[in-house]
Amino acid sequence: MEIFVQQLINGLTLGSIYGLIAIGYTMVFGIIGMVNFAHGDVFMLSAFIALIFFLLLTTWLGISSVVLALFIVLIIAMVLTSLWGWTVERIAYRPLRGSFRLAPLISAIGVSIFLSNFVQVAQGARNKPTPPMIGDVIVLFQGASGYNVALSYKQVIIMVTTAVLLTIFWYIVQKTSLGRAQRACEQDRKMAALLGINVDRTISLTFVIGAALAAVAGTMYLLYYGVVSFSDGFVPGVKAFTAAVLGGIGSLPGAVLGGLIIGLIETFWSAYFSIEYKDVAAFSILAIVLIFMPSGILGRPEVEKV
Amino acid sequence: MTAPSITTTSAKSPAVPTHFDVAAAVKDSAKAALITLGLSIPILAYRTDQSGADLFLTPRWGLVAIICAIVFGLRLVLHAFMATRSYRKAVPSPRQATEAVHAEPSAYQKASRFGIPFFLGIALTFPILIVLIQGGLNESRYWVDLGILILTYVMLGWGLNIVVGLAGLLDLGYVAFYAVGAYSYALLSTTFGLSFWICLPLAGILAAFWGMILGFPVLRLRGDYLAIVTLAFGEIVRLVLINWVDLTNGGAGISSIPRATFFGLPFTAGEGGFASTFGLEFNSMHRMIFLYYLILALALLTNFVTMRLRKLPVGRAWEALREDEIACRSLGINTTNTKLTAFAIGAMFGGFAGSFFAVRQGFVSPESFNFLESAIILAIVVMGGMGSQVGVAIAAIVLVGGPEVLRNLTFLQSIFGAGFDPNEYRLLLFGVGMVAMMVWRPRGLISEREPSVILKERKAISGSLVKEGHG
Repeated sequence: MEIFVQQLINGLTLGSIYGLIAIGYTMVFGIIGMVNFAHGDVFMLSAFIALIFFLLLTTWLGISSVVLALFIVLIIAMVLTSLWGWTVERIAYRPLRGSFRLAPLISAIGVSIFLSNFVQVAQGARNKPTPPMIGDVIVLFQGASGYNVALSYKQVIIMVTTAVLLTIFWYIVQKTSLGRAQRACEQDRKMAALLGINVDRTISLTFVIGAALAAVAGTMYLLYYGVVSFSDGFVPGVKAFTAAVLGGIGSLPGAVLGGLIIGLIETFWSAYFSIEYKDVAAFSILAIVLIFMPSGILGRPEVEKV
Repeated sequence: MTAPSITTTSAKSPAVPTHFDVAAAVKDSAKAALITLGLSIPILAYRTDQSGADLFLTPRWGLVAIICAIVFGLRLVLHAFMATRSYRKAVPSPRQATEAVHAEPSAYQKASRFGIPFFLGIALTFPILIVLIQGGLNESRYWVDLGILILTYVMLGWGLNIVVGLAGLLDLGYVAFYAVGAYSYALLSTTFGLSFWICLPLAGILAAFWGMILGFPVLRLRGDYLAIVTLAFGEIVRLVLINWVDLTNGGAGISSIPRATFFGLPFTAGEGGFASTFGLEFNSMHRMIFLYYLILALALLTNFVTMRLRKLPVGRAWEALREDEIACRSLGINTTNTKLTAFAIGAMFGGFAGSFFAVRQGFVSPESFNFLESAIILAIVVMGGMGSQVGVAIAAIVLVGGPEVLRNLTFLQSIFGAGFDPNEYRLLLFGVGMVAMMVWRPRGLISEREPSVILKERKAISGSLVKEGHG
């Protein structure tokens, strides 16, 4: 029982990180119908940006409050990662509109390889550990066998930040003119263009928002695990994509829901079955979902027009 | 898609830009440099180094300045180039055809008439040429080894070309079949003591079998989804190889795999070995040269089978499937069988290459079969021009051989410093190359393709006229 509650907490924390990345996949797929394969590497890059700025702020500028430093780091990481997201779209995806169907995916694989190797060349291949940030925990209750169910401050920060940012994001998509333009482009790009919506700009902004949310996920990942390496983008990227597909690709609440489910499955699988096969489990779920229920939990079934 | 190459003079010509707007170009280049600065602020400007348990930062603003300057310069050059090009395009050349022309053999077709036998001749005589140039068997070891490596990738590229180039199914997990082939040989030979020549067909059959098993569930999927599922399968195979320690010895891999024999004659120094049977002085290079010819034969077999298959109904069905799946189905082609044969035959050649890899290395471990390997093979196919056999071979030579050649150029080291290793930048350039290829030449280095069936006379078929991969 105690283990179950503990795993539930861990799973939800991990799930919120996956959910944040999954939104980037699902938005891009919704609007231009491509799998942004490089999104996982944008996430990894943002963790590096966060790490470097955290070191800059704490050691060079001497900010002693970790929470304040984290807040500033989060903002900077979101801005700089957005710039990366915008540039990637501008260079690697925009020229390919109207090219053959597989071209954007191949280009995205190229970007993915480029980003991970760029970070490797620029920062070295080793794991980068962060200085210890927040170690305190709240003991929720003590089990009979002396097993404490603990909620760490880190997990609180991660879940609260995710919830706040998702609310802001939800507001942007539902209430602002940008969100309306985005939803319009998703439904019919040509019609949206005819009605005076700048489609290219809307698509760029989609990438920017996706990258900004990936930056939040990257910062939270760094806070949670305390270590990052250049190859850390691939597996979380695939898992977040699985989350997006499971929730129904194109559906924003679906992405968050899928993220939470994947996070829970991963932690429970590691706790009760085998930790070695946890990635196999994630990849198998991806394959099974794509084959048997490609429209996911909350997605619309894809209708093929000839 | 770009417009067809045949233009008419009656078309209204756009306004001719008479001068090159320097101010605008400089402004735009400055903007590009500013974005580069923003992109490189954290990642390039500070390097994290570890001392003990702590990380510390090393500033590298000089490098950032250099890179921004390079971006500025390149952008400016690009603007100048585009301005002159649009000027040239706006003024139609009097030589341009005004009517549709009868298709003459293109430059590529003319070149390939002499080029292919030439390359084939080089490939066949490569070890002899190298031995002559280097002046001895032992001195040429490095080059023969490089030749084997390149040919392995040529073979893998040709194998994947069946799936991606001909059938239009983007397979990101091709390396799984390579792994199946390698582990089949490794396990069969170390456990049952079977020889390479028995294991080679077995490895191919097993890989084809796995191709069918993995291909079957994904038949309904297309495009991006298919690519992602094959990627997932590739990763599952690798993770199982790592974790199933009882069978595969896990991440440590399987070592001391038996070497290949010359049809039963081992390459050993003693009696009954290859050297003593043929009355030669023993040299370990004999085995290398034998391996070179072995992989050359396997690669040529792949090519030959593919070329013949293209002329058979199944090959035509593949190409039809690539162009339009719905049309295919309405014309009565069994898309299930067509896709499965593409997967199985592509996988079979992957299995052959894998078992060759195992016999060459004498050691296999799961780390040789990660996603990056799949991406490299895919990059070779994509850059070569999907579906073009010659293009794939050229791309493999450039992508695999290129970095090795660069490493040996000493003047590069004098420019970039003694520690310069182009291999470090190899994958970086792969990534850039894949993007650049998609942006500028989405159909690859060799975008022209011989039609597999010709009705009465040869007609112009340019890459840009064929819509590929839709549907």
